[in-house]
Amino acid sequence: MGYQQPKLETSPKVSDEVRRTTCYMCACRCGINVHLTSGKVTYIEGNRDHPVNKGVLCAKGASGIMQVTAPSRLRAPLKRVGPRGSGAFEEISWDEALDIAVGWLKPIRETAPEKLAFFTGRDQSQSFTSLWAQGFGTPNYAAHGGFCSVNMAAAGIYTMGGAFWEFGQPDWDRTRLFLLFGVAEDHDSNPIKMGIGKLKSRGARVIGINPIRTGYNGVADDWYGITPGTDGLLILSLIHELLKAGKVDLDYLSRWTNAPCLIEEAEGEEKGLLLRDVLGKPLVVDRQSGDLVPFDTPGIRPDLAAVRNGNRTVFQHMAERYLSPDYAPEAVAERCGIAADRIRALAAEIAHAAFDDPVILDRPWTDFRGERHERMVGRPVSFHAMRGISAHSNGFQTARALHVLQILLGSVETPGGFRFKPPYPKPAFAHPTPHSYFLPGRPLDGPHLGFPHGPEHLALKLDDQTPARIDKGFTWENPLSAHGLMHMVIPNAHAGDPYKIDTLMLYMANMSWNSSMNTGAVMEMLTDKDEDGDYKIPHIIYSDAYASEMVAYADLILPDTTYLERHDCISLLDRPICEADHAADAIRWPVTPPDRDVRGFQSVLVDLAGRLGLPNFVAKDGAPLYRDYADYIANHERRPGVGPLMGFRGDGSAVGRGAANPDQIARYIENGGFFQVEVPEEATFFKPWNSAYQDWAVSLGFYDQPQPYIFQLYAEPMRRFQLAAEGYHERQPPDHLRDRIKATMDPLPIWYPPFGDDVAGDYPVHALTQRPMAMYHSWGSQNAWLRQIHGVNPLYVPTKIWQAEGFRDGDWARVTSPSGEITVPVAHMAALNENTIWTWNAIGKRKGAWALDDDAPEATKGFLLNHLIHELLPRKGDGLRWSNSDPITGQAAWFDLRVRIEKVAAPVEAQPAFGPLPSPVPPAKRNRP
Amino acid sequence: MTALPPPSKVKLGLVIDLDTCVGCHACVTACKGWNDQGYGAPLSDMDAYGSAPCGTFLNRVHSYEAQESDTPSKIVNFPRSCLHCDNAPCVTVCPTGASYKRAEDGIVLVNEDACIGCGLCAWACPYGAREMDGEAGVMKKCTLCVDRIYNENLPEEDRVPACVRTCPTGARHFGDLGDPESAVSRLVAERGGYDLMPEMETAPVNKYLPPRRKGAADVAPLTPLLDVQASGFAGWLDRLLEKF
Repeated sequence: MGYQQPKLETSPKVSDEVRRTTCYMCACRCGINVHLTSGKVTYIEGNRDHPVNKGVLCAKGASGIMQVTAPSRLRAPLKRVGPRGSGAFEEISWDEALDIAVGWLKPIRETAPEKLAFFTGRDQSQSFTSLWAQGFGTPNYAAHGGFCSVNMAAAGIYTMGGAFWEFGQPDWDRTRLFLLFGVAEDHDSNPIKMGIGKLKSRGARVIGINPIRTGYNGVADDWYGITPGTDGLLILSLIHELLKAGKVDLDYLSRWTNAPCLIEEAEGEEKGLLLRDVLGKPLVVDRQSGDLVPFDTPGIRPDLAAVRNGNRTVFQHMAERYLSPDYAPEAVAERCGIAADRIRALAAEIAHAAFDDPVILDRPWTDFRGERHERMVGRPVSFHAMRGISAHSNGFQTARALHVLQILLGSVETPGGFRFKPPYPKPAFAHPTPHSYFLPGRPLDGPHLGFPHGPEHLALKLDDQTPARIDKGFTWENPLSAHGLMHMVIPNAHAGDPYKIDTLMLYMANMSWNSSMNTGAVMEMLTDKDEDGDYKIPHIIYSDAYASEMVAYADLILPDTTYLERHDCISLLDRPICEADHAADAIRWPVTPPDRDVRGFQSVLVDLAGRLGLPNFVAKDGAPLYRDYADYIANHERRPGVGPLMGFRGDGSAVGRGAANPDQIARYIENGGFFQVEVPEEATFFKPWNSAYQDWAVSLGFYDQPQPYIFQLYAEPMRRFQLAAEGYHERQPPDHLRDRIKATMDPLPIWYPPFGDDVAGDYPVHALTQRPMAMYHSWGSQNAWLRQIHGVNPLYVPTKIWQAEGFRDGDWARVTSPSGEITVPVAHMAALNENTIWTWNAIGKRKGAWALDDDAPEATKGFLLNHLIHELLPRKGDGLRWSNSDPITGQAAWFDLRVRIEKVAAPVEAQPAFGPLPSPVPPAKRNRP
Repeated sequence: MTALPPPSKVKLGLVIDLDTCVGCHACVTACKGWNDQGYGAPLSDMDAYGSAPCGTFLNRVHSYEAQESDTPSKIVNFPRSCLHCDNAPCVTVCPTGASYKRAEDGIVLVNEDACIGCGLCAWACPYGAREMDGEAGVMKKCTLCVDRIYNENLPEEDRVPACVRTCPTGARHFGDLGDPESAVSRLVAERGGYDLMPEMETAPVNKYLPPRRKGAADVAPLTPLLDVQASGFAGWLDRLLEKF
């Protein structure tokens, strides 16, 4: 046949209309262009103007079109009509649903507000949901940070006033060496990919330190397959090597950190605290005058080597500790699974990048002591970490160690290093302290979550000093639990420890499946009854957009919309989406109307607040202040002139501060769904100490007066808890926790073996999970496109174990931990730490959930490691319930898991298997389109 | 059975950087999303929520492990789609003329009106780059987003394939590989871009950039200021602060 070619239309019409909103396919919150044709969503792409993703979009984001049409979408409010867990529901009206909710909530509020536990999962409206819970008066509120990454966030805030992801990022345009610790694919997804792309295009080096070499570690120029839970030890060894060679930034340390601050050495109630003046300012010795002066005195040169009355500086304490041979590469190599010469080489590479070729910008700036600097000099080495290093029982101290390493290098807030994103930097003292004082019919005395500075800020009841919170947040068990402990709510409520509750209200948290440790037992706790035949957790209200596993375990379902059908605000009061060079916030708006009887959960909370008469939501006469969530977004003021959104305030021209503008949401829609304002050039680096930045931050309303501060290499609040354990505080820890507090609340970073290692003798293998880049929690498996990318999750086994057990392709293994066993399919992977097995998390599904067929691979071969992880540590014989969490913050220690693995005959399906849930939604159509 | 046109001067194609691709699958679903509503029949998903979901994708990403002796195992993420070969065997095998290579820019396309769904082209393609749509019964393949790259309804900066526009790491590049001075040709020259399976003599237009060498940096070891154990902490502190 001769050559021929048909005529082609190469300029077809793309769509009728583009509506710009914010993605919610993960926590990244990218801008998206949603194309509509004949009223239907037909295509989703990244918004080029948006500060977060600048046009790109990940696999999840582009698949959002399958989420808004997912057959698993709930259709109407549901009332349980059979036993809890049976999945027997009837659809009811919103009027009936809200009447039921008010019928449970109103009496609690009037008599015992703590009987409501309100916990939100992947909530992006925490400043709103927490305000609601404050108004209700219950101390029992938090989001999911306690089982996610609170160690990373809290360690960063306490150390330097910010951490990774929402708080800050590498200076992608200037860094020359980037080190990535642990599992991190799941947060800040597109910005990190964009950043790695920039580094690659400039030829900058990327180093992965991770037991698993997938994803970013796969493209890293070098890879350290570290043993899980030993990152802190490796970091302290790097610090040892850098100190030994004098490769630390002394000028930076003396000016911008508490390294020159003097520590009280005399025995007594002040021992280990910083020396302060009468106004409470930490004292340093000025090298020029030799005088003992407050740290912020103009013109001083703080002396790192000062000694006064036997009191030495923080720097000397640090150097003495970390120069110890205990931290020499030889001493840590075996434990870390990394050869000593590799540790030395890594230290040398970091030092080379930081000190041999600094980045210098000709940008004059003035510091908080009034000194003008002609240039900005930076250390072009940067770091990132997230879940991997933090989801261990030593995670807080490990994250602290990483931040201290960055500070010793002088790379935080300097060109080429790590940069804060507005409204950070914000030190711990500028955050609220926790509040937990409750009274019937009254609002709580302040925000639930915050940063304690000593035992006086713990959430203990004033009368009997027992925990005020159901999750035992901010108690001696985990004093700095800045995000609460969502993973302990159901077990504690079931156990009545510290007390019983009446109603559990959950939002977007799949607590009867992949979001709980010890999943099978949690299902039993949710259905367990007392001697009178009543459920131990009497009422459960759940809001979700989809038929998740949790639906069957609730009594009342308030169906949420999908993310394309709702209002939301991505607020500076909440979890911001700023970048280092600008502040930004954004909205979601209903780009397509819901075709079901569903309502945005936040609007339902506004409605309930009106019916319950919650302060902040009703006027003096009791009339509701807000029609719905959109009305709240535009009109709520947290402080006079400061509301959820910073753009288009007042008459539409005010930024940051200004009166509420009823037209604000329309202006955001016109502007592409977001608003951004540039950081002035003079304010772009050295932000904690930069007067121009401080003034700019005040002008935008981040805070009300400049608040320069120095970095806390030495974390004094931790020392205050140690002092209490030593007997020096009116609040005293129980005796069984005294030694643990003394050991773990060290004000300088330490490393101790993860608690999971206590059983290492019988369970020699580490077991981890990570999230695929194309999936977000359990949401991905209902997505027709994404489930074709990740529909199964084999257990990946390293070569040493693969050969020792004689595994072959297609084999199955029994994996046993101290608290459970699973039987699952295995696959070989060589690019692993030799003692580590892993799988993708949240692929495994329960039969009947998510509108998948009962024989879907997610339900027959997919599995959860959660069955192997107990929320409590193995019993110690003392009758106490010891949480499987970091002893400082309470972060769920998912990655402490130790197991053994053996080959077994293939079962019919992955074990444990649970009976199918009746689906609350109709079966899915076979094929699409 | 179907003739190829004379070699075109313009050879539009992709350059894919295997050193940078993190295997995130963004290109996979951006492609699916655009082409589900774009050129030809939608890209169906059979048994979409069942035991064996089977959909049509014009672009897939595979992750491979490679281990040479004595080095740690490496991961390579490999995006796979039509390479728009100059000697496209999928075209010459087509019994109806449905498969064709465009004379003006070298893009290989399927005229779905003429496709009888015989599947010969998929057998002929050594790269596995064609997929028979389960619903429509016609052969689907990468169109290089021919309905985007010339589309006057799109802003000029968006006239690139959907996979290129979305790639978060910038690992995908689009351009004219027939022009030795184009950005993509220069990238291929600088980075040693190569043909996939050249032994098949398909003369692919798309190129892959190889992963760079991995391993330790060439940096001199650190020199201790002095022997801390021998000279004591005070000696170390003095030596350190001398520099300051």
